[in-house]
Amino acid sequence: MTTSPMKQSIKTRPVIRHLCSGEGWGRALTWLVLVVGAIIMAAPLVWMVSSSLKLEQRVFAFPPQLIPNPIRWANYVDAMTYKPFHIYLKNTLFVVLLREVAVLLTSSFCAYGFARIRFRGRDFWFSVVLATMMVPYVVLMVPSFVIFSRLKWIDTFLPLTVPFFFGGGAFYIFLLRQFFRTIPEELADAARIDGCSEFGIYARIMLPLAKPALTTVAIFTFLDGWNDFMGPLLYLNSPGKFTLAVGLATFRSVMYTRWDLLMAASAAVTLPVIVIFFLAQRYFVRGVVLSGLKG
Amino acid sequence: MTAIVHWLRKPEGRRNVTGYIFIAPFILGFLFWFLVPALTSIWLVFQDWNMISPPDFVGLDNFRRLLSDKLFWQSLKVTTLYTVVSVPLSMVLAFLLALLMNTKVRGITIFRTIYYLPSIVPAVANAVLWAWILNSDFGLLNAFLRSIGLPKFRWLQEPELALPAMILMSLWGLGWAMVIYLAGLQGIPEVFYEAAEIDGAGRWAKLRHVTIPLMSPVIFFNLIMGIIGSFQVFTAGFLITDGGPQNATLFYVLYLYRNAFEYLEMGYAAALAWVLFFIIMGLTLLIFKYIGSLVHYEEPG
Repeated sequence: MTTSPMKQSIKTRPVIRHLCSGEGWGRALTWLVLVVGAIIMAAPLVWMVSSSLKLEQRVFAFPPQLIPNPIRWANYVDAMTYKPFHIYLKNTLFVVLLREVAVLLTSSFCAYGFARIRFRGRDFWFSVVLATMMVPYVVLMVPSFVIFSRLKWIDTFLPLTVPFFFGGGAFYIFLLRQFFRTIPEELADAARIDGCSEFGIYARIMLPLAKPALTTVAIFTFLDGWNDFMGPLLYLNSPGKFTLAVGLATFRSVMYTRWDLLMAASAAVTLPVIVIFFLAQRYFVRGVVLSGLKG
Repeated sequence: MTAIVHWLRKPEGRRNVTGYIFIAPFILGFLFWFLVPALTSIWLVFQDWNMISPPDFVGLDNFRRLLSDKLFWQSLKVTTLYTVVSVPLSMVLAFLLALLMNTKVRGITIFRTIYYLPSIVPAVANAVLWAWILNSDFGLLNAFLRSIGLPKFRWLQEPELALPAMILMSLWGLGWAMVIYLAGLQGIPEVFYEAAEIDGAGRWAKLRHVTIPLMSPVIFFNLIMGIIGSFQVFTAGFLITDGGPQNATLFYVLYLYRNAFEYLEMGYAAALAWVLFFIIMGLTLLIFKYIGSLVHYEEPG
């Protein structure tokens, strides 16, 4: 697009309007609304952290203190040692890491097939992928439990990990397929002429190029696994196998009124998610956008 | 046999085999973890079974029982009410916030981060946090109301207040929808607005005739996903109120969970699940039929 005189005159117009009309006030009002909204949105998290650092009795003070005095870091130690949170953490990491391997390998593998190979029945199977995305997980909750208990998988990590080795979930296949389709076909053609098989193209060309998309998938898989409550609630019975989500829920049921410790444990479980968010912010936005706009 | 070998030698045949090898994990997963459970579920709805004694075929009894089950109707009412209020409310708020943010305000990244963060807080931590915020004696919400001179509300003890409290809690997670809207808004080419301005469109006309039509696929997507997610709400009702007070927060999936895993009524729970499935499917189809035609698609595909 070339910059025509017409376009330039349009560009200067907002400035004039800004001076003549109440645009400046509108802008200030917009900003004010956003700031108030941001304070409301941030308040619960701030309050969680603030409560988690207070003395047991100080959490009941009115008006609530924003910055605790004294700051009691030991709440975190108390909470984490009252229940074996280090075991919950170990279990959670085990489940999450296995899921990462499963999802990253198999969803990209399936996605390559859907994106780049023309075979009979491809469109049918891809519509099956889309259809499974629309089915609420609740519908399959009861029969899946029956099946896993038949397989004697209850109270093991198998129901929480094994199913992810089968394509890793329709959403990720969909997301990676969209990404693979944006990579120029010529790259693969050149490799084909050199005698590279489709598997070689997938492993040596597509996977390295798909790093940004794979990072997005890895982050969402991490969040899913870390935050999952229903799965561990249904399939894990012995406390030694609990994940953080279930561990925190049981901690709540025994520590009914110790809000200082409950907030410390909640903040500790939330913190890694927030750290990951800040480390990988652009991948988050990309994932949210891919899931929203191309759906 | 030779025909197959011959076909495999042809590039088309080889491509078919390669393609199916690539998507084999999905097909196998679809069979094991989707089709088999779905068929099991169809079998389950006709059984009276507690997973211990042998199943007992009862025909359509599970569905007949639903009709006279007061708690089923209660859970359906609660969940519908929750969805009808919280989904449109959070959609409108998220959209307005995205519009405000799209005016090139200063500090947009910081705003986006603050609004988005709550929606990634783990569900259990979120529930524990809100149990504390909604605490009638020492919670943040009542402390705030008290500071502006309002009385204490017993959010989690009064049947009339518990569901509104849950809706309020759900609004805290509107950030993900807002980020989707914002990305959509930022993707609208500036020329459209410039053209509208030349045609004499004011702010309202631009919103009505440019922004909303171009955003309609995104709005539509958020509506569908919002409804599907909202009908499956579970953790808050399970952890904060345990369905109470007086079943005021007995969400559908919570009631289903109790039937399956507390009362071990597997057949009845499966019937509940199918009813939920048809409700969600029915709603989705209705929305596609009546609202889908209003959606404006800029280019096919």
